[in-house]
Amino acid sequence: MDLLMPIGPSHYLVLSALLFIVGTAGVLSRRNLFVVLMSLELMLNAVNLTFVTFSRVNGEMTGQVVALFVVAVAAAEACVGLAIVVALFRLKETVDLDMFKSLKG
Amino acid sequence: MLNLEHFQNIALISFDWIWVIAAAPLAGAVLNGVLTLIASRGKVHIPEWLTAVIGCGSAGISFLAAWFTYLHFRTLPENSLLTQELFDWIEAGTFHVRMNFQLDALSTVMTVFVTFVSTLIHIYSVGYMKGDEGFGRFFTYLNLFLFSMLVLVLGENLLVLFLGWEGVGFCSYLLISFWFEDEAKANAGKKAIIVNRIGDAGFLAGLLIVFALAGTFNFNDLQAHKQVFNQLSATIVCLCFFFGAAGKSAQIPLYVWLPDAMAGPTPVSALIHAATMVTAGVYLVARLHFLFVLAPWASTVVAVTGVLTALLGATIAMAQNDIKKILAYSTISQLGFMFLGVGVGAYSAGIFHLITHGFFKACLFLGAGCVIHAMKGEQDIRKMGGLLKHIPFSGLSFLMGWLAITGILPFCGGFFSKDEILWRALATPNLVVPGLPEILYFIALATAFLTAFYMTRLVVMVFFGEYRGPKEVFELLHESPRTMTLPLFILAVGALMSGWLGVPAAIGGADSLGKFLDPLFHLSTTEANAVSPKIEPLLMLMSLLVALLGVGTAWYIHGLKHTISPMFLKLIPGGKKTIEQKYYVDEFYEVTVVRWVKGFAHWVSDKLIEQLLINRTLGALIRAVEWIAKFLKKTQVGLVRAYLLYVVMGAALLIYLILH
Amino acid sequence: MIETVVFYILAALLLGMGLLVITRTNPMASAVGMIGAFAALAGLYLLQSAPLLAVLQILVYAGGIMVLMIFVIMLLNLRDEDMGSLRAKGVWVTGALLGITSVVFGQVFLVIFPTGQWKNAVLPEGFGSIFSVGEKIFASYLFPFEILSLLLLTAVVGAMVLAKRRL
Repeated sequence: MDLLMPIGPSHYLVLSALLFIVGTAGVLSRRNLFVVLMSLELMLNAVNLTFVTFSRVNGEMTGQVVALFVVAVAAAEACVGLAIVVALFRLKETVDLDMFKSLKG
Repeated sequence: MLNLEHFQNIALISFDWIWVIAAAPLAGAVLNGVLTLIASRGKVHIPEWLTAVIGCGSAGISFLAAWFTYLHFRTLPENSLLTQELFDWIEAGTFHVRMNFQLDALSTVMTVFVTFVSTLIHIYSVGYMKGDEGFGRFFTYLNLFLFSMLVLVLGENLLVLFLGWEGVGFCSYLLISFWFEDEAKANAGKKAIIVNRIGDAGFLAGLLIVFALAGTFNFNDLQAHKQVFNQLSATIVCLCFFFGAAGKSAQIPLYVWLPDAMAGPTPVSALIHAATMVTAGVYLVARLHFLFVLAPWASTVVAVTGVLTALLGATIAMAQNDIKKILAYSTISQLGFMFLGVGVGAYSAGIFHLITHGFFKACLFLGAGCVIHAMKGEQDIRKMGGLLKHIPFSGLSFLMGWLAITGILPFCGGFFSKDEILWRALATPNLVVPGLPEILYFIALATAFLTAFYMTRLVVMVFFGEYRGPKEVFELLHESPRTMTLPLFILAVGALMSGWLGVPAAIGGADSLGKFLDPLFHLSTTEANAVSPKIEPLLMLMSLLVALLGVGTAWYIHGLKHTISPMFLKLIPGGKKTIEQKYYVDEFYEVTVVRWVKGFAHWVSDKLIEQLLINRTLGALIRAVEWIAKFLKKTQVGLVRAYLLYVVMGAALLIYLILH
Repeated sequence: MIETVVFYILAALLLGMGLLVITRTNPMASAVGMIGAFAALAGLYLLQSAPLLAVLQILVYAGGIMVLMIFVIMLLNLRDEDMGSLRAKGVWVTGALLGITSVVFGQVFLVIFPTGQWKNAVLPEGFGSIFSVGEKIFASYLFPFEILSLLLLTAVVGAMVLAKRRL
């Protein structure tokens, strides 16, 4: 792999994929609700990076606009997600995800 | 002899009124049925006379229609057929079956005969079933039966015939077990229809083979294309159909239902088991005459079975003490005669005997009904005697029937019909078994002797001599009402007169019936030339003497010596018991067939269906579903992380699928 | 040359901060990691001629969302035992597995986009500026833009409803 070659889209894409994977790993394996939410944000940002990269590749502004929208939506989602965390904490006095098992069976 | 031109000249003439013959009793049945239903559901009372009028009226209309059709038929040139197309019954691809009626000489004879006797019996039933709470039901069934019989006789193809065939079997079941609250009577009906059905299996087999070989069920087409049958296939087909006929017409081995069927009301016995349904088998064989001609083995089987059945019936009748049972076995015996006739190729002789027998047997049954009516339900002849003085009118009619069946009065009743069959049996050369005609003749002659014997025994023990019954019945002996005695008398007259239909040419007679049926059977009737025709009058004399001998013997043993059961049976060790027990045939069937069938039925219903299918299979199914559910339940962990994993995995799978 | 160096520094920072996020027990530490990651990401956007997006990233994400998260973390005042397992056991295993997958992806991408080839070497004038973004937003994507405001309203109302003690 010629990593010292000039930076091309593939570098950014690989980076974005790696970031996405990091985010997924966090979502799947952490038990702390906050960390899960934050990992979710990481995933979204990885996607944003991809959008921007492709926007640059094609010379179109559309990718950046979509990334903008993603940011806004992520904000809204984080807001609601945190409200849920608060509500859940009030219910069970914990933010451990494994404690919320009433759907078992 | 095979003159195909003769046959190809058949003219099919459309006649649009044939349907009336069958439709009238159907309408009567429907009307009476509806009325009876209304009466039983609501509190409406339907007067008996209304039911009677509808019932007898529809039968009468049917007879008039048949008579007019007959007259019309006579005006047509030879080789014509009256047809009527009704509707397409079955249309499956290239397989077309039309519901068509057809009248040729044979059907015409049968329809006139059936409707006439049926009308008389309908009228008789008005008196006999008076006061019975099933009065409406009875007439409905009776009309329905008449309709089925007419469909059977009028059918243009085998399937329409089969429709009527099944119909009469079913109506016979309904009528035999008419008083079904009595379990024995209900069982008699069941026995009848089950034995019938066994015969029907043979009929169906025949149908299948016919269709496989010829592709059609139409009688005319079959006759025109009968060359598709070689001797082997024709033999198999004929044997199959004969098996069905044996079931319907109570021949060996399927006759066991007929004596039990006496549990039904006497008019039923008269109509169904003397004149009409049991003759359907003979009609079938006559209808398929062109096939039986191709299969001499089958015809031989028919003749031999017929004559053996005749002998069997006559011997058992000698030891019976129930008046209706004697007549039942007599019917079996006489049917055997008819099959002997059609078996040797004397189709018109067989039909001739069918008609005379229908008249005199119906007359005898109705007369027996009058006797039973007078004796307040008693049927054992050992408890009767000397009734002629008390019920003279019925007694006279009964005696006329007796004359007809024994054939001792020349020109009257069964004299010529039985004679014709005897003559043909002897004189027709048998292509298969040489020497058979003589054997057939002698057995038939012996049966004629026995017939005269047991009928005379019956007559003597019932109408003559000293009264042996209970006193209180004696006080109340009275003649039956006019509705019963009048049809009885008409039948009696008919019984004697029917003999005139077929006075043989050998003694200078006109043989009108034979001539009428001749164009139809011409090609199939074998020449009776094994014996010189001059012997025929001699044979006639012989059978007359034999009959007189039978009458005389019976008169001597029972009339003069006043013995109850035939003495000479005691000569054979164990013979009396055996004959009284009807040769233990019923018991034999019970052990060999019935027990296994019942066991099998129980096995199927209990073990197979109940346990295996329902319990085990369903149980297994249920347990499988439970197992799957338990297995899937393991995924419902309740942990959010697990569900997230499912989401991610699902997404990955989707992406993979999309990208591919 | 510079671009390459800067890219690699920012990439390392980004991934490092990402790993920080998913491996720390204390959510505060994860939050800090997030902020760092956003900073790195903003740098990467700048490298790609998306200045507006870079600025908005800092403003909205780091300045807004992460602040909110830190507020909530501190609001809940988690004791040690509430924080979820001390060691997130499966993380390393999952990460290793996924890392292998990413290598595979990387090869795929390198095939699709060989290094150093941007399709359009020359970008249009004002690419990534407010002006061009605004052009797109208020022309082609006006409807989603307006709906977005509705979405934000919904989020606000929903958050309030969810978090109230007594309705």
